Amino acid sequence: MASLKDLRNRISSVKSTQKITSAMKMVAAAKLRRAQEQAEASRPYAERMDRMLGSLAASVAGKAGAPPLLAGSGKDDVHLIIVGTADRGLCGGFNSSIARESRNQINALKAAGKTVKVLCVGRKGRDQLRREFSDLIIDTIEDIAKPALKFDSAHQISERAIAMFEAGEIDVCTIVYAEFKSVISQIVTTQQLIPFVASAKEEDGAKSETDNDKLVYDYEPEEEKILADLLPRNLAVQIFKALLENNASEQGARMSAMDNATRNAGEMISNLNRIYNRTRQAVITNELIEIISAKEAM
Amino acid sequence: MPENKVEFELVSPEKLLVSKDTDMVVVPGEEGDFGVLPRHAPMISTVRPGVISIYEGKTVSERIFIAGGVAEVTPTRCTVLAEQAQPVSEIDPAAARQSLQDAQEDLAAAKTDAERKVAERQIAVSTAMIRASA
Repeated sequence: MASLKDLRNRISSVKSTQKITSAMKMVAAAKLRRAQEQAEASRPYAERMDRMLGSLAASVAGKAGAPPLLAGSGKDDVHLIIVGTADRGLCGGFNSSIARESRNQINALKAAGKTVKVLCVGRKGRDQLRREFSDLIIDTIEDIAKPALKFDSAHQISERAIAMFEAGEIDVCTIVYAEFKSVISQIVTTQQLIPFVASAKEEDGAKSETDNDKLVYDYEPEEEKILADLLPRNLAVQIFKALLENNASEQGARMSAMDNATRNAGEMISNLNRIYNRTRQAVITNELIEIISAKEAM
Repeated sequence: MPENKVEFELVSPEKLLVSKDTDMVVVPGEEGDFGVLPRHAPMISTVRPGVISIYEGKTVSERIFIAGGVAEVTPTRCTVLAEQAQPVSEIDPAAARQSLQDAQEDLAAAKTDAERKVAERQIAVSTAMIRASA
């Protein structure tokens, strides 16, 4: 049985752990708010980009000479998977669930006989995937959200993807990230970036637009040129959006993980306190018994 | 919204920069500047580096430099998507000249087509910036 001193030590160590986890929770909450604001602020751009691309893609659809970023390279042999994770741990299942999803995707693609390349954004994703797929990882980008997530970094990633695509090194590009639903729920999402696919939501947006005012746009210069300009921008925006979502998800996951940890530590402290008091009483009782029986023996 | 106004929006990936009703907006389109008045024909155009002028009545109320982007025009609205934007009054001519010089050096040192493209773009942006601030 643990001595009183041992118990005291354990209680104080759990208490300091609790202090750390609750501080981390506060920090995550503050960062989460900022991440959410940033995600909110970037939404207007993405929405308008979607709207324009929707109408453009519709008018170019089916015509010859559509830019390869829209039409694809005609093959789908080499896949580039961008895995967006956090740089730090202690955020519950956030990193592992993204890594698991990517692993499934990679294995499925490999089973289908495709070549896979992986670009990791975030240290944790690389650490988890390195064990199995060290030969597939082409690069890792770290500390992207430090001090703040900038559009430039997303732009750089997109330029790399486009350069690889244009050099014929990849045919399809997808990104895996966690979509932020709420503090307790983040959904791992896979989104195809190259070739461009209008998501269901975008289609809705484009439809309601055409239904409402049936606008026929003039294009200046012609559609293909605008698309050639717009698609790389859109790619950067999509990556930026994914990274922002990821950032918010990470902070949300960390917040709830740290909240749980704080609560567990509290529970542990009260258990330890009970044991400590019981032991203390037992020691006193023991001493009394010893004194009384010594007295009686005299 | 009033009938005879254009709802002008300038949006960057990081936030909505400007959103207001104006009488006219002049946008530096890829194939020449165009003015947007109410009931303009719907149009989508790419935008070259240059200055957007926002008119209140007959006078320019605001001039904003943008480093290229896309504009969408509808009869009631003009939306400009730009990666980089700043009011003309905040342009630092010395910094712009410096970046032009850097870009020219980059261009001279560029080995690949991609590097050359980046440098040429930077030159175009810096030149437009210097012209705007003059």
